[in-house]
Amino acid sequence: MQSYSRTAAATAILSLAIGAIGATAVRAQEPFIVVQSTTSTEQSGLFKHILPMFKQKTGIDVRVVAVGTGQALKNAERGDGDVVLVHAKAAEEKFVADGFGVKRLEVMYNDFVLVGPASDPASIDGGKDITAALTKIAGAKAPFASRGDDSGTHKAELDLWKPTGVDVKAASGDWYRSTGSGMGPTLNAAAGMGAYALADRGTWLAFKNRGPLKIVVEGDRKLFNQYGVMLVNPARHPHVKVKEGQAFIDWLTGPEGQSAIRSMKIEGEQLFFPNAPVADLKKAG
Amino acid sequence: MVDLGSIIGLALGLVASGDTELYAIILLSLRVTLTAVLIGCLIGLPLGAALAVLRFPGRGAAVAVLNSFMGLPPVVVGLVVYLMLSRSGPLGVLGLLYTPTAMIVAQAILVTPLIAALARQSIADLHGEYDELFRSLRLGPARQIATLLWDGRYSLTTAALAGFGRAIAEVGAVIIVGGNIEHVTRVMTTTIALETSKGDLPLALALGMILVAISIGVNAMVLSLNRTAQRLAHA
Repeated sequence: MQSYSRTAAATAILSLAIGAIGATAVRAQEPFIVVQSTTSTEQSGLFKHILPMFKQKTGIDVRVVAVGTGQALKNAERGDGDVVLVHAKAAEEKFVADGFGVKRLEVMYNDFVLVGPASDPASIDGGKDITAALTKIAGAKAPFASRGDDSGTHKAELDLWKPTGVDVKAASGDWYRSTGSGMGPTLNAAAGMGAYALADRGTWLAFKNRGPLKIVVEGDRKLFNQYGVMLVNPARHPHVKVKEGQAFIDWLTGPEGQSAIRSMKIEGEQLFFPNAPVADLKKAG
Repeated sequence: MVDLGSIIGLALGLVASGDTELYAIILLSLRVTLTAVLIGCLIGLPLGAALAVLRFPGRGAAVAVLNSFMGLPPVVVGLVVYLMLSRSGPLGVLGLLYTPTAMIVAQAILVTPLIAALARQSIADLHGEYDELFRSLRLGPARQIATLLWDGRYSLTTAALAGFGRAIAEVGAVIIVGGNIEHVTRVMTTTIALETSKGDLPLALALGMILVAISIGVNAMVLSLNRTAQRLAHA
């Protein structure tokens, strides 16, 4: 039965190989927290910029799960995270009021921009009034790509449609196209279809496949985009790492974190503007 | 815009640069998928062989169910595993969500039916040839299964490779249960999805090429090992 011993040898080699692969991946267990956050903070490169600074100071590894705001809050409600950093004030306040979060603190803001094809079929380029622009898009039945995923940007977009009186649900599948996906995929779709889309400025600045798209409307006060941070309530989920999570929140809303946020730039343009209530911004600058 | 030559150049450049982050992602992909396939083989091969050899009522239905589970949607498997491992789920206390272990579990669930179904088919064919021999030797079912698995080992590699192909290529399950966390649960497919999201299509495509090359490499390695073993056995 020579073939048996050969196979035994082969099996031994194979298991050694798998063991070696496994061993390389085993790392010393360092303190970490899970942060449920949004695609805009991840895909714009903000976390990549600021998290190494936090880790250097505290030794705490921050594991970011980047999903839409709606999903981030839902995941956190189930206890799958220690901290939530999202951008949908009403939903965040409800999250805290329902006892899932401890306290909501404002961290930073940027703004939404309306992007669209250079051909500008709705003739809105250069406008400052988002309500007028959206009304014109609906009037021209120009294609509009919506996130449609209950994210912070999607919630903001639906709020912006309200004063126009346009029933976007009725137009869905016609000129209003709900992609049901993240900011990046929606921008990819908009670039492909030559559609208008609402995007957060951070993701837009970092986005590389713009195709025919450019900013057509910006600067309306209604396009303000506020981010808030919350600790998941340990009273509801006892496994929440209160100490490490609170350390992250304190850092983020403190002078160092605020200054780290301010220093994040793409092509010279600042992506997020820190505005935590307690931060002494002068000292940080 | 995106031309093939520059993509290949980009892919080769990435590999040659020795970028530790890329290699860590590749290693994690292999570690998760190979472990899942190993588990899939340990469960799927005996299960498939048992279904080929044993005769029991409802066997036809079991085979039909197994065959249709070859097409389990990764996103559904991911969702179910997420709900099980979530802190609010039945296995939440284990704290396994957003870890490579969770990804292994999800992929093992995906590949086990595929490996079992393919193993059942190839063992059933072999069983037809061996049937008379088994009768004359009066072998019990356990011995029959062991013999068939052993003698069919070369063709069973195809089942394992099919499982590997399904697992290394899927993104739907691992992105839900792993969360695509940088340096922790980010694998090749979720990296490609992320770069696509960022609109960096050339980088996404280059990473895709590397992934396909890895897949070809693993298949070539297994097949040549298989052939060498076969030649030695018949020498």
